Amino acid sequence: MLTILFDGIAYGMLLFVIACGLAVTLGLMNFVNLAHGAFAMLGGYCAYVLVNVYGVPFFASLPVAFMFAAMIGLLAERTLYVHFYNRSHLEQVLFTIGLVFMTSAVVDYFLGSQQRFINLPAYLQGRFDFFGVGIGKYRLLIILVCALILIVLQLILGYTRFGSRLRAAVDDQRIARGLGINVNWVFALTFAVGCGLAGLGGALGAEILSLEPHFPLKFMIYFLIVVSVGGTSSITGPFLASILLGIGDVAGKYYAPRYGGFVIYTIMIVVLVLRPQGLFARGTSK
Amino acid sequence: MNTGNTVQDSVTALKKKRAWHWLEYVFWLAAAASVFLLPSQHALLTQIAIWSLFALSLDLLLGYAGIVSLGHAAYFGFGAYVAALFAINFTGEPITGLIVAGIAAGLLGLATSLLVLRGTDLTRLMVTLGIALVMYEIANQMSWLTGGADGLTGMPVNPVLGIFPIYFRPANSYAYVLIVCFVLFFVAKRIVHSPFGYSLRAIKGNPLRASSIGIPNNLRLIAVYTIAASYAGIAGALLAQTTPVVSLTYIDFQRSADVLLMLIIGGTGYLYGGVVGSALFLVAQKFIGNITPQYWEFWIGFALVVIALFARDRGVFSIFERILGALRNDKAKP
Amino acid sequence: MLRRSFLAALAATALAAGSVPAAAQETVKIGLIIPLTGPFTTTGKQLEAAARLYMQQNGTTVAGKKIELIVRDDAGRAENTARIAGELIQNDKVSFLAGFGLTPLAMATAPIATNSKIPMVVMMAGTSIITERSPYIVRTSFTLGQSAVIIADWAAQNKIKKVVTLVTDYAPGHDAEKSFVDQFKSKGGETVESLRVPIQNPDFAPFLQRVLDAKPDALYVFTPSGVGAILMKQFVERGLDKSGIRLIGPGDITDDDVLPGFGDAAIGVVTAHNYSTDHPSAKNKEYVAAFKKANPGMRPNFASVGGYDGIHLIYEALKKTGGKTDGDALLTAMKGHKWESPRGPISIDPETRDIVQTIYIRRVEKKNGELYNVEFASFPDVKDPVKAQKK
Repeated sequence: MLTILFDGIAYGMLLFVIACGLAVTLGLMNFVNLAHGAFAMLGGYCAYVLVNVYGVPFFASLPVAFMFAAMIGLLAERTLYVHFYNRSHLEQVLFTIGLVFMTSAVVDYFLGSQQRFINLPAYLQGRFDFFGVGIGKYRLLIILVCALILIVLQLILGYTRFGSRLRAAVDDQRIARGLGINVNWVFALTFAVGCGLAGLGGALGAEILSLEPHFPLKFMIYFLIVVSVGGTSSITGPFLASILLGIGDVAGKYYAPRYGGFVIYTIMIVVLVLRPQGLFARGTSK
Repeated sequence: MNTGNTVQDSVTALKKKRAWHWLEYVFWLAAAASVFLLPSQHALLTQIAIWSLFALSLDLLLGYAGIVSLGHAAYFGFGAYVAALFAINFTGEPITGLIVAGIAAGLLGLATSLLVLRGTDLTRLMVTLGIALVMYEIANQMSWLTGGADGLTGMPVNPVLGIFPIYFRPANSYAYVLIVCFVLFFVAKRIVHSPFGYSLRAIKGNPLRASSIGIPNNLRLIAVYTIAASYAGIAGALLAQTTPVVSLTYIDFQRSADVLLMLIIGGTGYLYGGVVGSALFLVAQKFIGNITPQYWEFWIGFALVVIALFARDRGVFSIFERILGALRNDKAKP
Repeated sequence: MLRRSFLAALAATALAAGSVPAAAQETVKIGLIIPLTGPFTTTGKQLEAAARLYMQQNGTTVAGKKIELIVRDDAGRAENTARIAGELIQNDKVSFLAGFGLTPLAMATAPIATNSKIPMVVMMAGTSIITERSPYIVRTSFTLGQSAVIIADWAAQNKIKKVVTLVTDYAPGHDAEKSFVDQFKSKGGETVESLRVPIQNPDFAPFLQRVLDAKPDALYVFTPSGVGAILMKQFVERGLDKSGIRLIGPGDITDDDVLPGFGDAAIGVVTAHNYSTDHPSAKNKEYVAAFKKANPGMRPNFASVGGYDGIHLIYEALKKTGGKTDGDALLTAMKGHKWESPRGPISIDPETRDIVQTIYIRRVEKKNGELYNVEFASFPDVKDPVKAQKK
């Protein structure tokens, strides 16, 4: 029973790391970025190439995956995304889906369409018993890393100058500009960090989700569910939603395997019908 | 200027909008001519026509009522399965099948419309997506009825109204699909230019204001959602009648996403966007696919990015408009 | 326009009159319709690579005719497959249809093959009934039942008494489950629990936890090729291997193409299938070497031999008919044909037009630092068990 809970939390945490970047772009910047999964995939493949081809240690590959996805994100933001901030959501959808198609084809071309896994060091494989609860070492790692990320994000947003600038820029762009905040750079940096986190999530999640060129489309639905159920007005919303979905999904499959496929979607529909702004939205103004 | 005149003016203006544009005549004549002139492309043209109808049904929602849907394939697939099962168990007469599929999909639309009334674009996107995913799982699980992932085969296709055979007659079946599309386009045009259609646009523009001038927002949205679902169901039934198998791909996420892409490429809110979008998309897919079967997705993606960079509401047309506009400005300047 | 169609009509009547115009008759075209984009890309790539390899090795001239391969992507969507098949027949005048990566794709094309009397070589899709859908279908891959029934036989013979089955919840999964459970029962085994995993399922953890709680002798698994890796990793992660539960299944789960990436988790998995990259025959060694040389980074898997043998069958049929492309004559030539494939001796059953082949029992082992399915037992001349039962 507790093992199921543990697995669910790990799965949810993983969804959160990948999706929190999306929560930022969608919620704070009001940009429908369906290509978010593509950055996660790039990060994952980056780690894959480093570890499996060049023999870089797994832990060293994680920050590189983060930087790699963040740099590409920054580049894409400055050259392409910046033209779409004031466009309609539909045009953003068209543009980002186009990006997904392109990255999928490029990855397929260079790395092949087979599934890829990152070689894990032996000490991360297997699991141990902790007061009768079976704990997978790798899943424990995921939970630790994600918890760390959550804390750091909260601190940055709440207590740093950059955080307050970002919040100001989101609340009212014009006034923020008037106060001398370089809104463009604030957005660009935020976007890059979001992509970097997705890349890190992709690298971490490769073991459980597996990498393939259609990764962005295959998991896009899950990321969107996390963001829409969690609401887009804070970081904690998507976080709680991820955990809830992770546990709901895993428990649903354990206790009612025949109907496991429905559980996550049904939760989503019910939540959204009852609370259209998401489960953890503060008020309904924005 | 007195009030009588303004009313008169707006009535004539509205009538003018409702009248057929000469391009529309040209388009339908060309479509009719293609039955005779392009026999080698009938299979592709049939698919384009069906996708166009499917995109039209989404346009009724998105372009006129402002409801975004990422799960429209739910109704398309449902219509297809209903048509196939009806043909297997009762009669293989295609028109009857279309009507049954249309009614069934409409009822499903009516039942699910209550879920999409509230919320923002994102919420609606996700709820419709959720509906489609649940429908997909149902179709997959009930494999004793639907054939599941193996697909549903053995659907009889009798002559239309007992006189016009379409089974393995590409020209006839294209003509049949085209006639059905024409009738439904005609009806759709009447709908969007009726008071009902204008009230939808009022809701799309500003729901609060619409309800304060006495439009029953929710009832109107339920009605249009039902109509759109029914259209989608008929499109699905058409595909089922012209393809020997109904499979889970009729109802999958990819189909919902593709139809949305086609509609945005072609532009929303003027009924023909889906035709333009689906024709461009499928023709490009076919010809780029013939050159590079593995990597055509890259070029489609590239095209989407370019279209998105330069287009506005009217999809690809706005690119032409902007080029024309730029040329005119150049002339005006000196 | 008018003039051109007039000329075309003229040419057509000339053809019909039998005055054999040179250029039109000398090429024989094969339409290869496979998924090259979408989730089933890997299968399509294997098929294409193998088909091209065969033509490169054996030349493109057969019985005085030039062979041309036309490759088309259907993205795994049945309506595309049907449309492309129609276009290839009508516009490109192909004499053979081949490929078909998934069951619905083959089903959608079957009536077209019947209607136009064109031989249709199924190189991958494995559901039993496919070959019954048209008298013009032959299959060079395998049927699901072949592997599922044989692994049940093997399990019953090797002291496995209690089994839990875990299959992906879609039609082929249901077939794989039923074939195994029925056969295993008839041999005295017991299936304690049958689990079905949704298709869209990135995490097997909860299902494996149920298996662990049920404590069977073995876990029988069937998933679409590729998903198996995630399952095996989690199988080991949860320590199911250490608790004495063996992992068995049809060979789809240890697909040779992806197996090297599975990691050591896969070692010891026992599967039954028609082909292994490691098959110890001279013909196969040569095949694997040539395949790897032509396609760096890929390992030939069971899909590839379906493609390779499919083209071989087309070549041989043409040789027998002396280059004539009459559908019925070609079918007669194909029925009962026997040959030595990289996977071992195979033949086409003259009654069912389905494949008859040896099914091998293999265990995943590490050889020279790479994972392989190493064969250690074999069941020769296995026919499709589902059709055999019907009789």
